[in-house]
Amino acid sequence: MIKFLDVCKTYANGTKALKGVTFTVNDGEFVFIVGPSGSGKSTIVKLLCGEVRPTSGRVTLGDYDDVGNLPDRYIPYLRREIGVVFQDFRLIADKTVYENVAFVMRAIGARGKAIQKRVPYILELVGISHKADRYPDELSGGEQQRVAIARALVNNPEIILADEPTGNLDPDLSLELMTLLSEINNRGTTVLVVTHEDELVNTFKKRVIAIEEGIVVSDRKGGYYGKGDGRV
Amino acid sequence: MKKGRASVFSQLGYYIKEGVGGIFVHGFMSFAAITVIAACLLVTATFMLLAHNIDVQIEELQDSNEIVVYIDSGFTREQAQALQSDIMALDNVENAIFVTKEELFENFLAGLGEDTHVLEELRNDNPVRDSFRVIMKDISLHSETLKALMGVAGIADSNSDVELSEKLVSLRSVINTISITLIIMLGAVSLFIISNTVKLALHARADEIGIMKMVGATNGFIRGPFVVEGIVLGVVAAVFVFAAQWAVYNYLGAQLLEGFGAIFELVPFETFRYKLAAMLFGAGVVLGVGGSVITIRRFMRV
Repeated sequence: MIKFLDVCKTYANGTKALKGVTFTVNDGEFVFIVGPSGSGKSTIVKLLCGEVRPTSGRVTLGDYDDVGNLPDRYIPYLRREIGVVFQDFRLIADKTVYENVAFVMRAIGARGKAIQKRVPYILELVGISHKADRYPDELSGGEQQRVAIARALVNNPEIILADEPTGNLDPDLSLELMTLLSEINNRGTTVLVVTHEDELVNTFKKRVIAIEEGIVVSDRKGGYYGKGDGRV
Repeated sequence: MKKGRASVFSQLGYYIKEGVGGIFVHGFMSFAAITVIAACLLVTATFMLLAHNIDVQIEELQDSNEIVVYIDSGFTREQAQALQSDIMALDNVENAIFVTKEELFENFLAGLGEDTHVLEELRNDNPVRDSFRVIMKDISLHSETLKALMGVAGIADSNSDVELSEKLVSLRSVINTISITLIIMLGAVSLFIISNTVKLALHARADEIGIMKMVGATNGFIRGPFVVEGIVLGVVAAVFVFAAQWAVYNYLGAQLLEGFGAIFELVPFETFRYKLAAMLFGAGVVLGVGGSVITIRRFMRV
């Protein structure tokens, strides 16, 4: 479960990114977080990963009931609860698809045997196993993003956090990718997608949390999202 | 909450593979680092060996329970022999044996072995003087006894081991000062070089490190390979220096024996090789870990 309770974040340069944000995401939910750039969406992602700490309020993630005051040494373990997918994929260019995924299992100390068993399974799940020996620059954008999703999934996190995952993809591929995330959600993983693509959001009829200028302006199921629309 | 926590040691194989790999990726930089560390260790080890030899020399000199004093050449033999009772009257003197200058000359010739003909012609114009071999009761009172002996009227000079040993002691402190200065300077340069090598390795893998942090790798796990890289650089340098030091030292020892006879003999390498190896290895590891850790600290904030 993810819980934001009256969370404010003011950066050192004076920017007020969040001004009292409250919402709860239950286990197994699929939620879009939408809003124009500069609305505070990425601050939400950073708060969840422990990259920044809230100025006030409380962030809860699973067993971590106060992420904002978590000592530095526990941050790595917090991050193991979250699989992050970025707009720019962030794959390692000189590693193959297989190695890119295996690498993050090794990074948290997984054994060779477990890696050999799990990586092919995950690559199969995201439909990229036929390209396991290719390098990222030999893949299309959609394929690269599938690898990124495989990498986010491989350590079996509670939550998948996708930050503008379709930003670099054309509409067809975006739809495909979102379908994949939806399937992953159906298997029980909580999925949070940060995006500003209205059409995609409308297609999927999921819960949508809209943020503007650091506050939640709308939080409803069913998916409609339009600019300036839905102020409660 | 903390599932799958991996111990540092279970990952040792990974650290070593990645760390050693890093050395080859930046071959030239690694070579430079090893060279500089080796230079630092070589200077350190050389001064250590020098100091060790001087220490042994000082010890031997101070262990001798015998002082030879020479009689003023203006004294007749009778006057000289008469000094025996004065000497025996001093504290700490066990015995005083009179040695005539002729005996002393013979002894000297005998000690030289084959090349004595050069000195034969000096026989009738004997340059040495009558002397006493003074045996001490307590060798720790060496310098006090010497002072008392030199106070006896008619004693002009001594073989004065104490003066030599005092000279050696002051030489040793000069060597200490020089070597400490050099070690600090070269140590700083070594740290700088290792730190730069590791920095290169870190920058080359900034993407990987970013992803590792994102998926929850601990700082220790991320650091591991770079620390191993630093240690390997330091230890490789230490091994080279140990081998070089061994070869050069033995060669020099042999040359000295040939050139100066038994007058100045180096302490055998075997007597301190373990101490030297431990020192070099330790210094290599400390420089390696130090150099990599200071770099990683600056590089890795949460």
